[in-house]
Amino acid sequence: MGMETESQFHVLAVDDSLFDRKMIERLLQKSSCQVTTVDSGSKALEFLGLRVDDEDPNVLSTSPHIHQEVEINLIITDYCMPGMTGYDLLKKVKESAAFKSIPVVIMSSENVPARISRCLEEGAEEFFLKPVKLADLTKLKPHMMKTKLKKESEKPAKEEESEVSKPEIKEEEDPSVIEILPLHQELESEKLEPLMSGGNKRKAMEEVISTDRSRPKYNDITTSV
Amino acid sequence: MDALITQLQRQFRDYTISLYQQGFLDDQFTELKKLQDDGSPDFVAEVLTLFFEDCVKLISNMARALDQTTGNVDYSKVGASVHQLKGSSSSVGAKRVKALCVSFKDYCDTQNFEGCVRCLQQVDIEYKTLKTKLQDLFNLEKQIIQAGGRVPQVDIN
Repeated sequence: MGMETESQFHVLAVDDSLFDRKMIERLLQKSSCQVTTVDSGSKALEFLGLRVDDEDPNVLSTSPHIHQEVEINLIITDYCMPGMTGYDLLKKVKESAAFKSIPVVIMSSENVPARISRCLEEGAEEFFLKPVKLADLTKLKPHMMKTKLKKESEKPAKEEESEVSKPEIKEEEDPSVIEILPLHQELESEKLEPLMSGGNKRKAMEEVISTDRSRPKYNDITTSV
Repeated sequence: MDALITQLQRQFRDYTISLYQQGFLDDQFTELKKLQDDGSPDFVAEVLTLFFEDCVKLISNMARALDQTTGNVDYSKVGASVHQLKGSSSSVGAKRVKALCVSFKDYCDTQNFEGCVRCLQQVDIEYKTLKTKLQDLFNLEKQIIQAGGRVPQVDIN
């Protein structure tokens, strides 16, 4: 059905748990994304082509072998990882000139408002509570589209995405853009609403754990803490 | 043959529903099933296998960490394993196991030895019970397919 684009979105998934990597990989594949999984932040940076200086891990340089062919449209990472946390990885990506435009999404099994705000402030596009659901991943398309849009303006590539002209692809369930399963569209329709209406948003905040799964930029949460 | 298929499908449906109603599974299990398709026909079985292997490993870690004969109990070690088990049980929809992990985590945080030991025993029983039930469910699936039928999509509520 619909747009089987030749150039699929390629997502880099980072999680130290084998189990979680298997889950996120399947979720992403089911959402028609190409996936590469790595088990640590440092491996993620390596994959991107950012070399970590052996002596001073705070110094990042771009390796001469940048993976130009592997275009990553989004990085999704677990928050709690040994060594480099997802937050550390987020920072490193956003600090790098070459890769700061890549959208980063953080996942966590713990609902800690301060943690969520910190990640969003550092530039994460979304914060997903685990277990991540298929419906959550539909939120990724708009962010990945933005990077494609950028490439569009840089080189005259022929992509048939007509939605390029719609920069406001927010949470709308636009079937022509987002490949979602009809099943979860019915089940999850009420969960998508919170992003639109203020009333539900408040409700979602109150029932922090149960209803709202992912949290795009909201400032409200810091005031209630 | 049709009568057999229908009967098996009915059994499958009833059994599935009962697992949800009795709290063994929650809607995350439903989410898991959505990820299975013709391209990944064994996804659920693979994930559950991983999960049950995790259970064995993590429970063994917890037991070792709670072993007082080797010295003081390192509750953070226990907690770390509980945290992992909570995560994976949550991801597969293993409702009871997950609920136990929540209590277990509390006992770890408060360094309540008896509480931890009790939870450890319960979590061991609980994952084994779930494993048996899911095996029964998978067997029903197999029988349906072998009889030439299709495994029904079960609509929970």
